[in-house]
Amino acid sequence: MNTLFDKIWESHIVDSDDDDNHLIYLDRVLVHDLSFHVFNHLRAAGRRARNPNMVFSFADHFVPTVDREPDVIRPEMQEMVDLLAKNSAELGIRSFGLSDPDQGILHVVGPEQGITLPGLVIAGADSHTSTHGALGCFAFGAGVTDITHAITTQTLWRPRPGNIRVTVSGKLGFSVTGKDVVLKIIETIGAAGGTGHVIEYAGEAIENMSIEERMTVCNMSIEAGARAGLVSPDDKTIDYVRGRPSAPTGKDWDMAEAHWRSLATDSDASFDREVTLHADDIAPMVTWGTSPEDAVAVTDTVPNPQDEADQNRRAKLERSLDYIGLSAGDRLTDVAIDHVFIGSCTNSRIEDLRAAAAVAKGRTAKVPAMIVPGSVPIQKQAEREGLDRIFTEAGFQWREPGCSMCVAINGDMLEPGIRCASTSNRNFEGRQGKGARTHLMSPAMAAAAAVSGRITDVRELMR
Amino acid sequence: MQALIELTATAVPVEGANIDTDRLIPARLMRNPRDAHRSYGPYLFHDQRFNADGSEISDFVLNQPAYRDSKILVSGRNFGCGSSRESAVYALLDYGFRCVIAPSFGDIFYSNCVRNGVAPLRVTEEEATRLRTSLAQAASPVVSVDIRALTITGPDGHVYNADLPPFQQTRLLEGIDEVEATLKISDKIDAFESRYFAAHPWLRDGLTEGGA
Repeated sequence: MNTLFDKIWESHIVDSDDDDNHLIYLDRVLVHDLSFHVFNHLRAAGRRARNPNMVFSFADHFVPTVDREPDVIRPEMQEMVDLLAKNSAELGIRSFGLSDPDQGILHVVGPEQGITLPGLVIAGADSHTSTHGALGCFAFGAGVTDITHAITTQTLWRPRPGNIRVTVSGKLGFSVTGKDVVLKIIETIGAAGGTGHVIEYAGEAIENMSIEERMTVCNMSIEAGARAGLVSPDDKTIDYVRGRPSAPTGKDWDMAEAHWRSLATDSDASFDREVTLHADDIAPMVTWGTSPEDAVAVTDTVPNPQDEADQNRRAKLERSLDYIGLSAGDRLTDVAIDHVFIGSCTNSRIEDLRAAAAVAKGRTAKVPAMIVPGSVPIQKQAEREGLDRIFTEAGFQWREPGCSMCVAINGDMLEPGIRCASTSNRNFEGRQGKGARTHLMSPAMAAAAAVSGRITDVRELMR
Repeated sequence: MQALIELTATAVPVEGANIDTDRLIPARLMRNPRDAHRSYGPYLFHDQRFNADGSEISDFVLNQPAYRDSKILVSGRNFGCGSSRESAVYALLDYGFRCVIAPSFGDIFYSNCVRNGVAPLRVTEEEATRLRTSLAQAASPVVSVDIRALTITGPDGHVYNADLPPFQQTRLLEGIDEVEATLKISDKIDAFESRYFAAHPWLRDGLTEGGA
């Protein structure tokens, strides 16, 4: 009678107070090259890692995606990479640095290396730690003070969250992906729809998704305000984890697998809230504004703020349109694009690159378009499959792995007014550069925008 | 962290829902160290406060003379959504803010506020709108907050009930160093680990022999 989340939460309670706050045990703590305040706090207080083997660091936010060899890398980026290496060595933790053969975005590398496993509780110094929940674990982002606490004590105090189930029934249509599903969910429940809750994703459409697509869905749970996203472990989960470098083996594997299979939400479990969507109602989605909730089907038009009765909401829509430079009633497919970014912890995995390459193949990018794989292993895999050649022949730039233009602090940044079709997770004001305009969409849609020079319904292009 | 019990100060109304942490502090400024002089204050709302040449954008609310020395911020729904960057709270704190009032907050931002002695107080959507309106109309936009009584008194004397759960209230009132508090119950963590790794032996490599 328990949900996946209940089972994980209950098995990690170290201590409790009288108001449903719990000291939760953490199986993994993840930090990155922007986490230097954490190391400074630890050093200032003379504190060490309680279990250094359970803490991992990743060079991703600051790493350049071009010119990153020792003799050409920009000194300020090298400084951040070196700082992470030094801090990690001091703490005695495994670090995936810039020159590591498995380097990449923390939310890509964790699952890829088997550091992320079903049933775990994972705290990450990054809000998109929700990604890892696709493997059936409880993974959430936290700030500097909390991560310092996490490293020192291997625990965190948390109020028990509520539990929402979002069920997506039916089969997704042609070129409708996990990205489109999660944008539709956020549009439906709102950017604060999941506040104080975790979301379990279920239903036929979720079951049919690969683990990578489920990661895209869980990744953007935070954009719906949720503390975490989860999917109950199934055969696909077990198959994904098996054989990963840090996954259990032998007798340990057998015990682990049996445990993981027991974690799925029981058929008679109840949730605080249920939301149901039907796959037939989901088209390729695009955002038109400055919040991920500002999403519509690509076939749609920009909404009219005057249709909004609530004055606060109307003001929000007007501000979004003013920033993004669109008007009520504009057709999304008429919107010209200046730049395309395909990458980020949301959409930089091998399947994402394959989907983009299928669109790029034999066509030519009309605007600057960059492909940034999520990790070195994905980069190598794509190169083995010849995807890099498809992209470069179509005029796309084939880059090195990192967060890149999702957070725009590694040198990959847009100029004011530039309009970007992006597979990342946030279309916030200034996110990809001061004054830059972001339209979120799937990798196939972004590739379609690149070869058309405007927002395009990929279904039309590929028909 | 510094405890917070009562505060009477200028309050600034910042209109808008979903004011995200990228707006509170642009990511590109986060590489800079935060020194002992609380140097993140100028980063707060940076791209809305300053032009490219560093001059002030005069119509941004925080640049208006009446609100410059604000310590309380009143905004809309889902304030502080987005990234986990605690720098967003550093920027608020270093500017001088000790209290943020809104109908709802991003969960991570909310936690980060409490950890730094900034009180995130929830009121209803209608009350937040009413408070912002009364601040915009007041000759002296001063607000009093009482963390013990959980009340907010507006410039017109109207008293609002603030929502702050006991866990967060206690931490703000007592300025608790949570790491110290948890280290005092290390025996509970030790006991948990004994049970947990016995039941989940495939995870035991996480335990370090002899420590780092």
